Amino acid sequence: MARAVSTRRKIVTTAVAWAIGLLIFFPIYWTILTSFKTEAQAINNPPLFWGFDFTLENYAVVQERSDYMRFLWNSVVIAGGSTLIGILVAVPAAWSMAFVPSRRTKDILLWMLSTKMLPAVGVLYPISLIFVQFNLLDTRIGLTLVLMLINLPIIVWMLYTYFREIPVDILEAARMDGAGLRQEILYVLTPMAIPGIASTVLLNIILAWNEAFWTLTLTAANAAPLTAFIASYSSPEGLFYAKLSAASTMAIAPILILGWFSQKQLVRGLTFGAVK
Amino acid sequence: MATRHSRSAARLMMAPAVILLLGWMLVPLTMTLYFSFKRYLPMRGDSLERGLDWVGFENYARFIGSSSFWPSVQATLLIVGGVLVITVILGILLAILLDQPFWGQGIVRILVIAPFFVMPTVSALVWKNMMMDPVNGMFAHLWRFFGAEPVSWMSDASVQSIILIVSWQWLPFATLILLTAIQSLDSEQLEAAEMDGAPVLARFFYIILPHLGRAITIVILIQTIFLLSIFAEIFVTTGGSFGTRTLTYLIFQRVVDSQNIGLGSAGGVYAIILANIVALFLMRIVGKNLDR
Repeated sequence: MARAVSTRRKIVTTAVAWAIGLLIFFPIYWTILTSFKTEAQAINNPPLFWGFDFTLENYAVVQERSDYMRFLWNSVVIAGGSTLIGILVAVPAAWSMAFVPSRRTKDILLWMLSTKMLPAVGVLYPISLIFVQFNLLDTRIGLTLVLMLINLPIIVWMLYTYFREIPVDILEAARMDGAGLRQEILYVLTPMAIPGIASTVLLNIILAWNEAFWTLTLTAANAAPLTAFIASYSSPEGLFYAKLSAASTMAIAPILILGWFSQKQLVRGLTFGAVK
Repeated sequence: MATRHSRSAARLMMAPAVILLLGWMLVPLTMTLYFSFKRYLPMRGDSLERGLDWVGFENYARFIGSSSFWPSVQATLLIVGGVLVITVILGILLAILLDQPFWGQGIVRILVIAPFFVMPTVSALVWKNMMMDPVNGMFAHLWRFFGAEPVSWMSDASVQSIILIVSWQWLPFATLILLTAIQSLDSEQLEAAEMDGAPVLARFFYIILPHLGRAITIVILIQTIFLLSIFAEIFVTTGGSFGTRTLTYLIFQRVVDSQNIGLGSAGGVYAIILANIVALFLMRIVGKNLDR
């Protein structure tokens, strides 16, 4: 039941909530705004909130000087690829744990979760050694594999919690009607599992896109994604406010839009199903 | 019920994920453990081909004995603790606020959640330059507007700056989870309390807070695991100077900058043990949830 709330209280709540929301969003807003200014206007004192010449020049310069498209492509390949492989590996595992649970299912799930807790820096040297050995350093395939592995526990967990919500009665009904394992998966399970799989894909693309330890330590020029592209703007000589803003906007825009569609999944995915 | 046929099929379907994760865990972990007992300085001619000297627990002792160890523990505790306090308290308040009816709820929610989707390197650089720069940053403009001397955040208040940046990134996560938990609260109970004349604070401490207990625990545990290994935020801002060298960053420097693999590996083992202690608590809570 909706609570009856006085209009006055609603007006006050609205004002406070909007003020806080805008305050939290401000750094992003300011970055996007600055990206459309000239360098001189970007460091104007006092700061310009309006009345500046709108320019797209920064975007053109960033693309030209640091080849944004190449980094973007690397991000797309690495985030998309790692999610795709992860899903292919995780769907069968999550399916079997959700529908054919055994005594050890719980232990296996918890153990998978524990591999996620491994601090990356603790295994940095071994991983780079393995990368050198197999010629994976600064390659997209190497990074794709690592990101797939670090996110695999989350993918399995999310799929598992979604699959468990599929009523087992339906499966039994299908079995009674003589459906084999193959038909069961194809015609009964898949249609019911697709929303859960889609949410999982969404969240994992976001996680892989923003991953900033392995992408910074295992890449140089060839396979560097957008996280590394932005890090190259941290050196003082490369510091131009409008250009930094344009580069930042281009790095976060795709995922910001995707992220807004996945708020609900975020909670479930990142708490391993403990909060829904 | 599951037949024997479907049982073996299930095992087969689980195999790829289990084998991959087992390899991902055991191989590097074994190597780190191995290196941690060895003298391994590639820059001084030590190499795997010629074999490494066994040094026992020397690396472990030296890692803890070094003058940068305790400051790094202090920096880690300050940053993790500071971010936890800020995100949990503000997260509870924000979640309660967002749960109230008001106009534009959907849009405000999006504004509040947005920072979580900004990649760490971007948020760190945006804060460092656009907000905290002592000359052109927004804070400097604000400080000057009120007649104060702008602060050199990254050098004079470096730890606080990192805490602020990381809190901004993680506040959406805490808020979202706590909001989800609040929404599952039986609103009739609250209404009854309100009708009985329970004051706002009493309602908060006796109804809302106990209900949020589990969600708060989960937020604290999950954030601790992620916060213990924050890296990019320090990498692109202070580079570990001005007292912001956390345990993770210290290990990174031992391995990458000073190329002391043995020492860095010993540090890595400490970090792994530390993370596992936190993880143990988290797993207990999550595990309980599986039994329902």
